[in-house]
Amino acid sequence: MKRPIMHGRRMSRVALAACALIPAMIAPAMAGDPAAPAPPSTNSGDTSWLLMSAALVMLMTPGLAFFYGGLVRKKNVLSVLMQCLMALCVVSLQWVLFGYSLAFGPDKGGFIGGLEWFGLAGVGQDPDPAGYAPTVPHLAFMIFQLMFAVITPALIIGAFAERMKFAAYTIFSLLWATIVYDPVAHWVWGSGGFLRAMGALDFAGGTVVHINAGVAALAAALAMGRRQGFPDGISPPHHLPFAVLGAGLLWFGWFGFNAGSALSAAGLASSAFVATHTAAATAGLVWALLDRAFHKKPTTLGMITGVVAGLVSITPAAGFVTPMGAIGIGIGAAVLPWCAVTFLKTRLGYDDSLDAFGVHGIGGIWGAIATGIWATRSVNPNGADGLLAGNPAQLWIQIKATAITGIYSLILSFVIFKLVERFVGLRVTEHEERVGLDLTLHKEAAYTIVD
Amino acid sequence: MKYVIAIIQPDRLDEVLRRLTEKEIHLVTVSNVVGRGRQKGIAAVYRSHKEMGNLLRKVKLEIAVNEAFVQPTIDAIIAGARSGEIGDGKIFVIDLPRCIRIRTGEEGGEAIG
Repeated sequence: MKRPIMHGRRMSRVALAACALIPAMIAPAMAGDPAAPAPPSTNSGDTSWLLMSAALVMLMTPGLAFFYGGLVRKKNVLSVLMQCLMALCVVSLQWVLFGYSLAFGPDKGGFIGGLEWFGLAGVGQDPDPAGYAPTVPHLAFMIFQLMFAVITPALIIGAFAERMKFAAYTIFSLLWATIVYDPVAHWVWGSGGFLRAMGALDFAGGTVVHINAGVAALAAALAMGRRQGFPDGISPPHHLPFAVLGAGLLWFGWFGFNAGSALSAAGLASSAFVATHTAAATAGLVWALLDRAFHKKPTTLGMITGVVAGLVSITPAAGFVTPMGAIGIGIGAAVLPWCAVTFLKTRLGYDDSLDAFGVHGIGGIWGAIATGIWATRSVNPNGADGLLAGNPAQLWIQIKATAITGIYSLILSFVIFKLVERFVGLRVTEHEERVGLDLTLHKEAAYTIVD
Repeated sequence: MKYVIAIIQPDRLDEVLRRLTEKEIHLVTVSNVVGRGRQKGIAAVYRSHKEMGNLLRKVKLEIAVNEAFVQPTIDAIIAGARSGEIGDGKIFVIDLPRCIRIRTGEEGGEAIG
């Protein structure tokens, strides 16, 4: 799972531009010392796109909050918004203090990064020394990655919504980011990470973000147990327009997530942008058709679920597939999660409140495997060919990476849940669950009756 | 004095108000309510999960009238709300012992219109 690293033709173009521009820009200041070495060059186009992308990905967490918030009952909407906001605060600090260093710092045995970059020591305005993003300031790459680290634990909220203690949630998120997210991000993206060395492809986080969080969501549903009254006594989503607003913000932010993962503002980012949009549109349409075929009417919730599933599935593939490949991935992204929420959940009886496993887990697994089917070096010479380009070995690598990440996340997430249960307890009381988490955990109500 | 309470289909509200206005009945309180009757609920589907909605949205009208206006009120509501289908609603008429206008303190028939 390599991030595309710039080399060859592009590098020389940037180098040439830098050579031409830098002397002119710094000439007045350097007049007295013409022999001083040029500072390491950053590309302003790449840097502005990456900073913009970081901001786009940041917006996905509030977007997710509204997506999830619209799907819960009136009495719990604030609790879900609060959980998303808390992820934004607590994981951001974790990342700045030590998370970034654990994920991207100097490699320790292919498994984790060292603490050399604790407190962002040495992470500055020049490009990073490991070559992750050679044309942008290290700080820009770090803050872009921070937004991924924030949204990943927030995705898991969908599985335990409406019944988890807030302190338990906060502790879980901090532990999960540290013990599950940071190592997996290192395996896949870190310099020296073992899955990266194995040749697994993950352009923007299908494995690190979606399989990881989706499988943790399954562990959550199993560890937490069902909500009172599940499945027939649970009221329907209280505000679908919020969910549509959230899905729209997610779709918008996802351009930063995927096209930003090109780490440069050029052809590859454009290709990833087009693939992302095409897969989302395909999956939204196909989900609506499935609802029409099996339930007689296309549903709003179905369509936005399809869009999100399409975005999830294209994430690992965005920088490696053609637009036609994106259509293929988008079709599977609707069909498989649709089957998961329709049949699998009912058959197995777990209460994944908002289908975080069904959409992110199943959609993520499909995306990772589909990357091994549709990837082609004609789109990205730094990627690999997949099955349809005559390289079935890549498909096998993708399946192995999926299995390793999935098993690690399932076991560790379950263990973390049980640890938190042991020390602070996971579930609110029956009374709190009945009255609603907004009033009992936060002493607030989302909606007043008069005025 | 009588207190007329009518439960009607939400989409008939405008028509009922128009008919009431024709009979010079202007004072009415309207609320959104949910309830159930013989019409049963309408099934909804959320991510393939079927919900049998057993409560339906209705609109409730409350109108206080003097005796002379009781029958015209009932006629206007029926004229506006009847479609002939199950679920058109009901009208309840109850005795109203007192009515006071807050602004002036007037009581009874004086206060009602």
